[in-house]
Amino acid sequence: MKDRVELPVRTRLAMFVRCLAIQGAWNYETLLGNGIGFCVEPALRLLPGGQDGPAYRAALARQSQYFNAHPYMASVAVGALARAELDGEPPARIERFRTALCGPLGSVGDRLVWAAWLPACSVAALAAFGFGVGTGGVLLVFLGIYNAGHLALRAWGLAAGLDHGMKVASALAGPVLRQGPAHLAQAAALIGGIALPLALDQVIGPGRALFGIVLGAVALGGVVLARLHGRAEGWKIGVGLLALFVLYSVAR
Amino acid sequence: MIDFVQVLPLALLGAVLGLDVVSFPQAMISRPLVAATLASMLLGDPVRGMLVGATLEMFALETLPFGASRYPEWGSAAVVGGGLFAFHDNASAGALTVAVLAALACAWIGGWSMVQLRKLNAKLARQRHEAVAAGSKRVVEGLQVFGLTADLVRGGVLTAVMLSIFTPLQAYVLGTWNTDPRVSRAVVVGVAASVAAGAVWKVVHAAPGARWLLLGGVAVGLALVAMQ
Repeated sequence: MKDRVELPVRTRLAMFVRCLAIQGAWNYETLLGNGIGFCVEPALRLLPGGQDGPAYRAALARQSQYFNAHPYMASVAVGALARAELDGEPPARIERFRTALCGPLGSVGDRLVWAAWLPACSVAALAAFGFGVGTGGVLLVFLGIYNAGHLALRAWGLAAGLDHGMKVASALAGPVLRQGPAHLAQAAALIGGIALPLALDQVIGPGRALFGIVLGAVALGGVVLARLHGRAEGWKIGVGLLALFVLYSVAR
Repeated sequence: MIDFVQVLPLALLGAVLGLDVVSFPQAMISRPLVAATLASMLLGDPVRGMLVGATLEMFALETLPFGASRYPEWGSAAVVGGGLFAFHDNASAGALTVAVLAALACAWIGGWSMVQLRKLNAKLARQRHEAVAAGSKRVVEGLQVFGLTADLVRGGVLTAVMLSIFTPLQAYVLGTWNTDPRVSRAVVVGVAASVAAGAVWKVVHAAPGARWLLLGGVAVGLALVAMQ
């Protein structure tokens, strides 16, 4: 059996830092593809023939084609694909594996990060703001909590990919990835519920005399926007309403 | 009135935070709560930036950056909003409303500019397809560096242009503002919180028990407000 190529710490570090810029050349044709090639590249230098050898060039070409995934979870693909190339897996098998990775890494990442972790951290920061925590504290709450999860997920993904290679699917079946989104959504619901009245109270300033009316309007507006889910974007409606209000305030 | 010396650091901040939205490092320093605070910190008043940032954050809760979907670019936009609100020595009646509206407009245009950049990236990738298919390290890295640099420039230019447009516009609008300060503030906060309420509901409604947790949270939040 072929000896397993171990990656030097410097190579792993280079891959990790590159993963932070994985979407640098994101586009509507190859999506994340070029970014995957860019991130895998430091590992490919360890292939027989070294940098610019035939194996290196063939692998870099393979890894720079179309790819789609959540940007944080793409680190799993970067690690697994680097391992597959270093293990000398047949090119056709690597390409099939690469195609199969797209769906799960996209949906798991979207559910865990964009639909759960980010909103949970955002409402936690709004809650801190609502409780009157200072500016430094609010920024620390948001950036500290969010990036603890963000960087840990990227680091775990890269390590899991490099360790498991083409058997990385087993690592994606962990309880955090499967049940985490639901628990985070529950936390976001509770914290968001607490945060909204408190944040509103902090921002309203001179309008505090109208707090009750505003609360009623917010409840009504929130219900209407929730029911419009998928048919209209609330923030665009908000832009329209504010623009009309500014015109009214200037022209009256 | 804003001058070049004030625009330059804000444009640089807008460039860095615009880059963070998608390209590098997506650490969410571009979220409005952070970006607007940093912008007004540069102008010496972080507290006012946080007011704009919290209001914009409520809008941003609805626009999560899913895959290839089109979404507003909050990094540069929040710098514009935070900067505009911090420029004025005292908060006049419509200052927050105008700053928030300017930031929302900027976020919309910023989202469009990201789409244009992605099209440009696609065009370059297409032109260099053969070199990429031949495994050229130089081309793969070049495409990545170009995209990152272009995104940085995009954020900086957008911030500078938006500040240059909205600063005199803001001065004019606030000079002719005729609505009571209490109503002005109530309207902008009410709209933002409505969007946030709808957004939180959309995010959590499918989770088991989340609707009761949300309602319980609102009750706790209101009780805390009443106690203050």
